[in-house]
Amino acid sequence: MTRLLNWIAQIISITLFNVRSLPQRIGSSLTAVFGIAGVVAVLIGVLSIAQGILRTMENSASPENVVVLRSGATSEMMSGLSGDDTRFISEGPGLARNEDGPLSSPELFVVINLPMRSTGSDANVPLRGVSMVAPELRSGFRIVEGRMFEPGLNEVIVGVGAQREISGLEVGSTLTVAQEEWPIVGAFEAAGGLAESEIWVDAAVLQPAYRRGNSFQVVYAKLESPDAFREYKDALTSDPRLNVKPVLEVDYYEAQSAVLYNLITGLGTLIAVIMGLGAMFGALNTMYTAISSRAREIATLRALGFNAGPVVISVLIESLMLAVTGGAIGAFAAWLVFDGYRAATLNFSSFSQVAFAFDVSGSLLIRGIVFATVIGLIGGFFPAIKAARQPVATALREL
Amino acid sequence: MKYLYLIWSNLKRKKIRTILTLLSIMVAFMLFGYLGAIKQGFSQGVDVAGLDRLIVRHKVSIIQLLPASYESRIEQIEGVQDAVHQTWFGGVYQKPSNFFAQIPVDPEEYLAMYPEFLLSDEERAAWLSTRSGAIAGKGIADRFGWKVGDRIPINATIWTRKGGEVTWEFELVGIYEGAEKGTDTSQFLFRYDFFDESRQFGQGQVGWYTVRISDPARAAETAELIDAEFANSPAETKAEAEGAFVQGFADQIGDIGFIMTSIIAAVFFTMLLVAGNTMAYAVRERTNELAVLKAIGFSDRGVLGLVLGESLALTGIGGALGLSLAFLMVSAGDPTRGSLPVFYIPVNYLLLGVILIGLMALVAGILPALQAQRLRIADALRR
Repeated sequence: MTRLLNWIAQIISITLFNVRSLPQRIGSSLTAVFGIAGVVAVLIGVLSIAQGILRTMENSASPENVVVLRSGATSEMMSGLSGDDTRFISEGPGLARNEDGPLSSPELFVVINLPMRSTGSDANVPLRGVSMVAPELRSGFRIVEGRMFEPGLNEVIVGVGAQREISGLEVGSTLTVAQEEWPIVGAFEAAGGLAESEIWVDAAVLQPAYRRGNSFQVVYAKLESPDAFREYKDALTSDPRLNVKPVLEVDYYEAQSAVLYNLITGLGTLIAVIMGLGAMFGALNTMYTAISSRAREIATLRALGFNAGPVVISVLIESLMLAVTGGAIGAFAAWLVFDGYRAATLNFSSFSQVAFAFDVSGSLLIRGIVFATVIGLIGGFFPAIKAARQPVATALREL
Repeated sequence: MKYLYLIWSNLKRKKIRTILTLLSIMVAFMLFGYLGAIKQGFSQGVDVAGLDRLIVRHKVSIIQLLPASYESRIEQIEGVQDAVHQTWFGGVYQKPSNFFAQIPVDPEEYLAMYPEFLLSDEERAAWLSTRSGAIAGKGIADRFGWKVGDRIPINATIWTRKGGEVTWEFELVGIYEGAEKGTDTSQFLFRYDFFDESRQFGQGQVGWYTVRISDPARAAETAELIDAEFANSPAETKAEAEGAFVQGFADQIGDIGFIMTSIIAAVFFTMLLVAGNTMAYAVRERTNELAVLKAIGFSDRGVLGLVLGESLALTGIGGALGLSLAFLMVSAGDPTRGSLPVFYIPVNYLLLGVILIGLMALVAGILPALQAQRLRIADALRR
């Protein structure tokens, strides 16, 4: 017991001694700190893009919603359903209802080319033909300016995300579709979800404009409870009149964002690992320099009776302190700069723009600091071993 | 010569430090090269787009189809040499993440429009005589291990076959190579006549046109003429230069250039700190020796050169290693396994890397070098 206490006391005294001598090595220590801060900031910055896209998709999905596509189609864009199909789909068992009938919205999904604010070049903006129950199927749907469109009229409402990224979508201006001018009568938000990137119009208006006859592409519906999905799915897939694939909205959006999410996460991790290597070399350098400039002090301590163990641990602690400080600075900078930063990108699976905000979440911050800790551990480990192994007699004689 | 020897000895005296600094510089330039290739991949080779080619699509959006009959009408417009149509097939090979472009085209016209797609005469003949024949770019063929003669099933997501069948089977009759480094070799091309007669709906409708014009200087004018031809028709068009079209598409993905530049800046900032600190340390440690050198007759400028030379040697070796490693990594293939249509480091970018190496050596070495130059012998020797 006393030995353990003695051991701990040794660690504390050497560490304090190290810390007090830090100002003498301020240059190289700051190098290590800012090197690691840079790495952590980049890691968190890139991953927050992926996280932001994922969150936009997650915000879009409610656990009790289902999406019905033609079987074989992987996204709304590619799907096609006849008017009859959508009727049978709406008659499936287990759907929630309101006074007008089941909560099911047959929708059309097309894109329209409109100029981006940032570059002025055209973007594929999603244009969705919806039924009047569609707002009830999007969580957090709220008109924030103007009003909802009137059914049957050539009026559109636009998501706030689309408004932010695309020019000319102010309430009161018009949208040119199929040689007609459609007035924009309102703007809506949807809890930061995908719908905010879209322009909405009555499906019955969009059908003739895009010459779709009485066809749709997708049906969104709300179940009484998530448990009702199995029964609903079985009923639809076994219906000989239908050739469709019902999926839970949660799964649908996850699949939609998978390609983009994996691409960004993969690239981001790769870049961070390579950068981390660089920062580790920097940290190693700093710690080697630190111990070589203190070789005599360390040897003196050893000669006074300090053990090798506390010397190793104290060097590790110093390295970790530098790394964690760097990590914290990097994480804070990333949070300051990137969190909530708004951007838009092309979602390959729907071939249209999706507006999102960078999301520096708590788990990302922790990941960044853990990464810094690993760099600090490795960066301190080898110099620590070297410090402990130095023969006392030679080191004492060194300059 | 004596300088080289001195520099070399100086680098050798603290081996671990030299190696670690070299490695961190190497990593910085490796990332620089690698990110350059990624940036190039995302901009999808805007710089290789044909100057004499326009893209004509439906005015509302590219997903809207155009009549196939537009081809002959476009070809009659003044300034137009040739027009070919393409259509997005959007099928799935094995699993949805195996993303690549499948496009039904008219073989002879398409190959004439894109001379950078190199196909042997036998393969060309085989394609013309096989209705369900298809050709694939070398990049995509390597990715999936396809050989000529393979049968390739692709599941339609849009274009079901007559009778509702979703699987289209193609016979691979050729593999094309790219004439230039930036040529897109990720396309899968099959015959439009086969496609048009087999699809369930949409007969006579195509996706977009590529148009060759006789005078690139009058591209904007020709584009206007084309759009005027179809104005007020049910399917109005939008014509623009191929480069602008590709750039517009890249813009939609986001400001990749900005993100990449920011990352590279962060990397260089970090590495500059490391290299600069090492140089400062090396000089501080050797104050005495530098004074001795001066005492035995080295000029102030000579000492300055010595320190700068050391910095240049460090960054030069590290940077060269890093760029070569990046080159090797990029040659090994892109990290997304073929989602990027092109993946290589442009020559200009490598040159920029070399310039940056010089700059970084200068910035990292200049302060310590000036310090060394100003060193006063008497003071320094007394320390």
